[in-house]
Amino acid sequence: MAQENVEFPITGKITSVNVSQGSKVEEGDILCLLESMKMENPILAPVGGTVTKLELSVGQVVEVGDLVAIIEY
Amino acid sequence: MLGFFETGVGSLTWGSIAMLIIGGVLLYLGIAKKMEPLLLVPIGFGVILINLPLGGLMACIIEGKVVEAYAIGGEPAGLISRIFRYGLAWEIIPCLIFLGLGAMTDFGPLIANPKTLILGAGAQFGVYFAFFVALLLGFSIQEACSIGIIGGADGPTTIYLTNRLAPHFIGATAVAAYTYMALVPIIQPPVIKLLTTKKEREIYMKPQLRPVSKTEKILFPVMAAIIIILLVPKSAPLIGMFMFGNLLFVCGVTDRLADTAANAFMNILTILLGLCVGCFMSAETFLRVDSLLVFALGVVAFATSTAFGVSLAKLMNLFLKEKINPMIGAAGVSAVPMAARVVQKMGQQANPRNFLLMHAMGPNIAGVIGTATAAGIFLGMVG
Repeated sequence: MAQENVEFPITGKITSVNVSQGSKVEEGDILCLLESMKMENPILAPVGGTVTKLELSVGQVVEVGDLVAIIEY
Repeated sequence: MLGFFETGVGSLTWGSIAMLIIGGVLLYLGIAKKMEPLLLVPIGFGVILINLPLGGLMACIIEGKVVEAYAIGGEPAGLISRIFRYGLAWEIIPCLIFLGLGAMTDFGPLIANPKTLILGAGAQFGVYFAFFVALLLGFSIQEACSIGIIGGADGPTTIYLTNRLAPHFIGATAVAAYTYMALVPIIQPPVIKLLTTKKEREIYMKPQLRPVSKTEKILFPVMAAIIIILLVPKSAPLIGMFMFGNLLFVCGVTDRLADTAANAFMNILTILLGLCVGCFMSAETFLRVDSLLVFALGVVAFATSTAFGVSLAKLMNLFLKEKINPMIGAAGVSAVPMAARVVQKMGQQANPRNFLLMHAMGPNIAGVIGTATAAGIFLGMVG
């Protein structure tokens, strides 16, 4: 099993978390929405697999490089 | 007594009915489709208001007589014609909008990656292309300047320039600029797709841009204002306000002013401007061959700007070791942040790893500076 760490590409505030630990995702699925520069931006799954780690809550402020999720595939 | 009971029903024409429908469509696009509602809702409602006969919103007095339509030489006598005359024709609102824009613009991506400045300039080619096409079609040089500038997709600049050079076209060019800004998500993607391969759209760009220090952020608006205004003096009202607004935002000691400029102040200006633009779309001023031609040339200008931006990015890629995604060239038109958002969305579609927003903001902001400067060049040439 390989795993991929998904990181935030931009600073912002989380407005919704669309998957949870253990969810199965396809490539391109929305993991969470991030409000940044007055826009809502989806963070997408770069690979299909199982989310093994995801610790986000709505309203949380994140920085570039913070962990979105770990996906095992 | 009869005048008191006068209704507008009998004065409805087919033209005004058509415009009422157009107003309804604009409202629908803004409200139901959420396409740039902040622009389309005020414009759409303005269109409906002005096409209800005898309302007198745009009334002017010429030689003691009241006329319903706005007249450049007349004395404004209606609600909107007054706002228009003293707010827009006197060039106050468009410049103040630049103040608000400056207060909400982060020059960080541009400072971190100054290469993108070239893309913002490249996308101005569409402005000059449409300018020459308009000249060939027999428009005067002043009119051609006003039509070309639509390609920059910058509403306030378009209004500012048209008002100086070809005031009789202000309705058509303002409406074209604002409509195309709202239609960025529809006009740009096909042009981008035509010019790029799937592989190019998939090009991944690293998210982390170089951190930009506070000193750089403060020096940028001051230096940019000095350099640009020295080079293109006629750009002073637009660039001056833009950079001043930005200084309020970044200097760290005027947060209250920056907050008001970027929010409350900007909202007030947007309401006034949107209603004015909508009220210029009356059947008699809008449903005319030259107005429709301005509209058609506007979309040519805009599509060409997009195409030049993308092509220039591809050209730059020939020389760059770390390739850029050519789509960010499309963000060189100054519709902030619509164009950057389109690029971001298409980038993610092509490759879910991609997050081009920050990279696209660089050319996007450079585009605003580019269009305002292009307007200054036109004014210096023929103004």
